[in-house]
Amino acid sequence: MSLTKQEWLALEKKAHELRNLCLDTTYWAGSGHIGGGMSSMDILTVLYHKYLRIKKDDPNWADRDRFILSKGHAGIAYAPVLCNYGYNDIEQLKTFNHTNSKMGIHLDSNKVVGVDASTGSLGHGLPIAAGTGLAARVLKKSYNTYCLMGDGELGEGSNWEAAMTINHYNLTNVISIVDRNHKMIDGDTEDVMKLEPLADKWTAFGFTVKKVDGQNIRELCEAIDFAHASDNPVLILADTKKGAGIKLMEDNYKWHYGAINDEIYAGAKKDLEEYYAKRIERVEREAK
Amino acid sequence: MAGGFVYTAVESTAMSTAEYYGNTLAELGREHPEIVALTADLATSTKIGIFQKEFPDRFFNVGIAEQNMFGCAAGMAKAGCVPFLSTFSVFASLRCADQLHTDICYQNINCKVIATHAGTSFGQAGSTHHAIVDLAVARSMPNLVVICPADGIETANAVRAAYEHNGPVYIRINRGFDRVLYSDADYGYQIGKAVELHEGSDVTVIATGSCAFQALQAAMFLENVQGIKVRVLNMHTIKPIDKEAILKAVKETGKIITAEDHNVIGGLGSAVAEVIAECDEPCKFKRLGIPDKFAPIGLHEDIMSIIGIDSNGIIKAVHGMLGVNTDDDDNWDDEV
Repeated sequence: MSLTKQEWLALEKKAHELRNLCLDTTYWAGSGHIGGGMSSMDILTVLYHKYLRIKKDDPNWADRDRFILSKGHAGIAYAPVLCNYGYNDIEQLKTFNHTNSKMGIHLDSNKVVGVDASTGSLGHGLPIAAGTGLAARVLKKSYNTYCLMGDGELGEGSNWEAAMTINHYNLTNVISIVDRNHKMIDGDTEDVMKLEPLADKWTAFGFTVKKVDGQNIRELCEAIDFAHASDNPVLILADTKKGAGIKLMEDNYKWHYGAINDEIYAGAKKDLEEYYAKRIERVEREAK
Repeated sequence: MAGGFVYTAVESTAMSTAEYYGNTLAELGREHPEIVALTADLATSTKIGIFQKEFPDRFFNVGIAEQNMFGCAAGMAKAGCVPFLSTFSVFASLRCADQLHTDICYQNINCKVIATHAGTSFGQAGSTHHAIVDLAVARSMPNLVVICPADGIETANAVRAAYEHNGPVYIRINRGFDRVLYSDADYGYQIGKAVELHEGSDVTVIATGSCAFQALQAAMFLENVQGIKVRVLNMHTIKPIDKEAILKAVKETGKIITAEDHNVIGGLGSAVAEVIAECDEPCKFKRLGIPDKFAPIGLHEDIMSIIGIDSNGIIKAVHGMLGVNTDDDDNWDDEV
């Protein structure tokens, strides 16, 4: 399923819209995990607007593809995606993190429509994804499960327990993605706790690893297409930038979680426009 | 030192408690194709081999990886399966407490945890394998129903009731053979409803798990030998606790003793104490259980005796609460 220029442009436009919505939500909330939200946004966009087989009018459709956001703190990016998609009233984003809101930092599967698993405690997503993958076999369903992990959370051993399960049962219906933004709360991943050689680790656990630029929509699509065709479980190692699109935040671990005032908000809005323009230039340059 | 009543596997001809579970799970599996079984390298120990053999495509051994097992089960339940997870209580409640809390209870999913080797029933294995805090952990998790059956028959009833309940259930059962309390499954088992095993008005013993049999033995001894009338409640469900039965016992006996194979903190005793403390009736109260320390290594029945949750320990506690002085009874001539 090759990506046409028109599709690529449409996805760029959607990603731009969602980045803005993530920034707005952070502004309305006063603060949030915007760094890891922005690094994930292209992945979320590609999944929700090209690959996930889901129905707008039937969010609980039994045969739908599942998406498990293992890096649950990226709820500030995920909530805008789900509201923009139509699963939840977009006005709810203005209540994000407010008392009695349905939406807090980590989205609740029983409160937010479209959330397949309540996550937040790290290292939980891949086991759940393995479970939905196994269930598809038992229930004879053809849906896929996509699981998006952060890189820092790979310190949790439960991920590797699940990796063994996915490999053991050859769960090719589970597509695992790591948002490799290289940053965690206390600094660079390699300073806090070495992850490298990360691709080799996944390979050793039986996965076929596809390394891509996680801020390149075409590369992401090619990797997902590859995973669909693979007869071996695939791990997409998406090299990203924390805070992608906002200069102040890019590659800055201090923006794992941050507060946004009017000045930062205005600057970030401007940055996102520039970022979008550059991204469109890339499409024009590289699209076939 | 052994307890006053024999409690050993070697003398039992019945199925072990876990075998009752395994057989019931297989029966349920035949009736309900959405049931799946997961274990973490403990299929043999938790006696689910019969399900494994009959339904190999619905059986998943995830290896020694409890956190992953609970996460997988959550995903499977979310997709429409009804997972039964089988592992030791100490691991189910602690090793993967985060997954039990977040993946299963927070999401309120339809998943059944069958936690074997409960309390000190794997006594020889030492405290790494004694589950003495699992009731406290499980009881404090919202949405989770917590059950501690008294024997094999009650385990079968509890497992069936757990399937019927739409939501997460934690059932702790013992390793090996429980003394047989019930010979017939048809005694009206209901989640959240205590079973009166013995009538009495002088004092109430509320017991759970293996202590229920011991409490009944104690009550029979006390009535037959000393004329003390002990009400015995088998509190098989720790949450939701049967407040009605407890309040009735408070009003009618005014004296309650709890007995459990668990730390005295956080389990049955605490659950009963909470009900008593919030009612407006006076009540004498004592908890029997493991006194907030790690239990010794040994045979289950020996440990129960050492910590005073066997029938002798319960008799002693009843005497203490009623002010019966047994020290002066040195006259053995009246003994049969």
